Amino acid sequence: MHIDSLVKMANQIGDFFESMPDPVEAEEGIAIHIKKFWEPRMRRELLAHIDGQAGAGLHPAVLHAITSHRSVLA
Amino acid sequence: MLDHLKETDYGTPKRESTQEVTLTIDGEQVTVPEGTSLMRAAMDAGVKVPKLCATDSLEPFGSCRLCLVEIDGRKGYPASCTTPAEAGMNVRTQRPKLQELRKGVMELYISDHPLDCLTCSANGNCELQDMAGVTGLRNVRYGFDGANHLKDKKDESNPYFSYDPSKCIVCNRCVRACEETQGTFALTISGRGFGSRVSAGQDENFMDSECVSCGACVEACPTATLQEKSVIWLGQSEHSAITTCAYCGVGCGFKAEMKGNEVVRMVPWKDGAANEGHSCVKGRFAWGYASHQDRITTPMIRKKITDPWQEVSWDEAINYAASEFKRIQMTHGRDSVGGITSSRCTNEETYLVQKLVRAAFGNNNVDTCARVCHSPTGYGLGQTYGTSAGTQTFKSVDKADVIMVIGANPTDGHPVFASRMKKRLREGAQLIVVDPRRIDIVKSPHIRAAHHLQLKPGTNVALISALAHVVVTEGLVDETYVAERCDPKSFNEWREFVARPENSPELMEAVTGVPAAEVRAAARLYARKGNSAIYYGLGVTEHSQGSTMVMGIANLAMATGNVGREGVGVNPLRGQNNVQGACDMGSFPHELPGYRHVSDSTVRASFEDVWGVTIQPEPGLRIPNMFDAALTGSFKGLYCEGEDIVQSDPNTQHVAAALMAMECIVVQDLFLNETAKYAHVFLPGSSFLEKDGTFTNAERRISRVRKVMPPKAGLADWEVTVRLSNALGYPMHYTHPSQIMDEIAALTPTFKGVSFDKIDQMGSVQWPCNDAAPEGTPTMHIGHFVRGKGRFIITKYVATDEKVTRKFPLLLTTGRILSQYNVGAQTRRTPNVEWHSEDRLEIHPHDAEDRGIKHDDWVGIQSRAGDTVLRATVTDRVAPGVVYTTFHFPESGANVITTDNSDWATNCPEYKVTAVQVMPVMQPSAWQQEHSRFNRVQQGLLSAAHEAGAK
Repeated sequence: MHIDSLVKMANQIGDFFESMPDPVEAEEGIAIHIKKFWEPRMRRELLAHIDGQAGAGLHPAVLHAITSHRSVLA
Repeated sequence: MLDHLKETDYGTPKRESTQEVTLTIDGEQVTVPEGTSLMRAAMDAGVKVPKLCATDSLEPFGSCRLCLVEIDGRKGYPASCTTPAEAGMNVRTQRPKLQELRKGVMELYISDHPLDCLTCSANGNCELQDMAGVTGLRNVRYGFDGANHLKDKKDESNPYFSYDPSKCIVCNRCVRACEETQGTFALTISGRGFGSRVSAGQDENFMDSECVSCGACVEACPTATLQEKSVIWLGQSEHSAITTCAYCGVGCGFKAEMKGNEVVRMVPWKDGAANEGHSCVKGRFAWGYASHQDRITTPMIRKKITDPWQEVSWDEAINYAASEFKRIQMTHGRDSVGGITSSRCTNEETYLVQKLVRAAFGNNNVDTCARVCHSPTGYGLGQTYGTSAGTQTFKSVDKADVIMVIGANPTDGHPVFASRMKKRLREGAQLIVVDPRRIDIVKSPHIRAAHHLQLKPGTNVALISALAHVVVTEGLVDETYVAERCDPKSFNEWREFVARPENSPELMEAVTGVPAAEVRAAARLYARKGNSAIYYGLGVTEHSQGSTMVMGIANLAMATGNVGREGVGVNPLRGQNNVQGACDMGSFPHELPGYRHVSDSTVRASFEDVWGVTIQPEPGLRIPNMFDAALTGSFKGLYCEGEDIVQSDPNTQHVAAALMAMECIVVQDLFLNETAKYAHVFLPGSSFLEKDGTFTNAERRISRVRKVMPPKAGLADWEVTVRLSNALGYPMHYTHPSQIMDEIAALTPTFKGVSFDKIDQMGSVQWPCNDAAPEGTPTMHIGHFVRGKGRFIITKYVATDEKVTRKFPLLLTTGRILSQYNVGAQTRRTPNVEWHSEDRLEIHPHDAEDRGIKHDDWVGIQSRAGDTVLRATVTDRVAPGVVYTTFHFPESGANVITTDNSDWATNCPEYKVTAVQVMPVMQPSAWQQEHSRFNRVQQGLLSAAHEAGAK
């Protein structure tokens, strides 16, 4: 998988959920969406990007959401 | 032998009324709804009244004077077709005087009609012939030497039917069918008295007129005046079967009229609930592809795509495919292969492919072409209402007061539904169109949209929020409905969001380009008391915010109380015939049949019990993810049934590169399509005429597909999948598709009551069909939403990344045309190419002038993804700054230009917004030249295989 593509997709998901009034709910929404719709190798590569490249390119809220819900996404 | 041709014709349309009247006809007492004609009441009493100008699909006309009757207490002989039944009437239809009058009428008709019954193409199926018999006509006192039309010239211009004016009795049925049934108004009666003749357009031939070749006139004609050429060539059929069209998501019922194993004609089924006897040029006439010489009927294999194809037996091909998939999984892991199900195949076939992937491959790497069309509908309606489906029947539009069409072009994409919609609009319903193009329905005969919101491509969500802003801030919310039916927390959050000033039509005008006053007026019209219905298409879903827009539509309908009864609703117009069914059948990588997530252990367990395997709890790859994974080396094998991903998916060069990076591609199709040129195994597919099964249309209607001829390659598609699964080591034991449906019903709560027997009894059935709704569910969400309380979702507008720049100053949007279907694999192999033989680029006169482009010029279209060359059509149908094309021809390369951008939730490609530059050019693009070369090579490899096979 191309990491640029995964980062873009994750940020798009973030753009949607960030409009929710409750930031906790929004972050949970981002993580759950990725968990429900991304095949595991896509999730693993995104997590590896966060580990290896500090999640370069990810919007802060998306990075925070994924990091906070890492156990769900692994 | 010809009995199957005779449908019961009640003469005039059925009337609905809460009041009934009882009368006596020929001594029989009969009770009918008020407003019913005497002719129809007589049929109900078992009495046939002679007729020629009347037929039950058209309003009564009263011109032929054959249906005269006597009524006690009334003078004269009124026409029974135009006389309503009244309580206490005593009517007689068979009296000597009536017979004398009728015979006199027939005498006049026949005096100007060829006496060639025995050699006439309608022989045995001609109402004029029947009436001559019924009235006892034995001679014509006037002779045949007087002025007549017997030498009038035939119009053979239409490829599918001929118009022979010498046989015309000027009954007006064709003219009325064109008006009432189709709504095109292409026909008229020109001249007066003896000179009266049916005329297309302005006295043109049919092909040069506005005629859309729907066949309604042919169907209505009582003689051989308008006759299918196939009937002229082949004669009348000798048996028939009811089946379902394999084109768009309307899912029209057809009677396949057969002579042995050969189709004579496809006649729209009067009792087909989706189409009620109407049709379009594709379903009615464009079925010749099924027997086209390009059909491949022998399995083929090859090691590399540069190798010649080798024709082999079914066993050899299937064993080779299975061994390759096994080898790849052994080498690259369980998840290195997957499958794509088809929205053109039956429910049973798509169910089997996803079962094969989940049970035989052992992963969830299965997807369907709905990924690239209506996957956002699944997500959006699932989130808001609780299930992925349109809320209504098509007939529901008959009760709509306001119709909003968003990003759909029904007259081209869903023509039979468009005719129904246009009929309602002519009756007075108001129309709002949201579309960057001035599509036909904006202004057509007797129809004019109250509002055409001609927004910039990519700004749907901004517009829907602006419409919602008006509803919320002007007090147009149906507070009672929302309080009873919807989740209050989500509603209050949504209300606060859309009421913000930044969502007002005035501030959004800069984004959408739609005048604020128009948006306000449209919102008020939609939200007024009465029934408002939304119909939408791929102009909604194929965007980076496709899912957001679907939810925005769902919000608007809930806020105004327009879900849960007839006449209202949210209705996705599905592109292909079985998009709904393919989605229902668990074709998505995250869902098992019935839209249940694979992570649900209870659901998985129910399938595991029956299938005897362990199902993976994690979602699989979606189609675009498969391509990405192929290019990075972790996805190596694909079983692709009935889809042409190379032509239909965006960024063609990216798709082709992905396929070339894979080790085994198995294509199951009718033809060597663009994808098959990259394949290693070709398994011949079967057309809809060659197999049993079911399709599910856009209104959740499950209809039977019936086999009327044996599969040309020996196996139906479901049998091929069974064999492949068996070879992979996961045995399937079905001997008939009905058994597959029984399994679907046993495992899917919304299909629990569905069976072939049930469909045979009812004609069709709409899911959910279960203990709670044994006869199916025409209207969804009555009383409560499937998810319980309807959920509002905030829909913030996020501009697409695909922005115009100085280098790419125009926005390209893509769509379809009436005569062609999807990638054109079927319609390009029919005479439909006479209407549309190439994809063209529509460009506004201002943009054309700026670039020195004239009508018919070759123009290069360049995007960030690629470039191609098409001929230009200069038209103000598109707004300045917007260009448009279709994607029906592979050599056009429309998807060479479209990009990898996709919907945030589903990865549905953003076909509708591509920034491009357009300039005059002198030669095809580099991609087109390479495509031409590659195509020649691949066709050569195919021909070589045929020649070797023949030896």
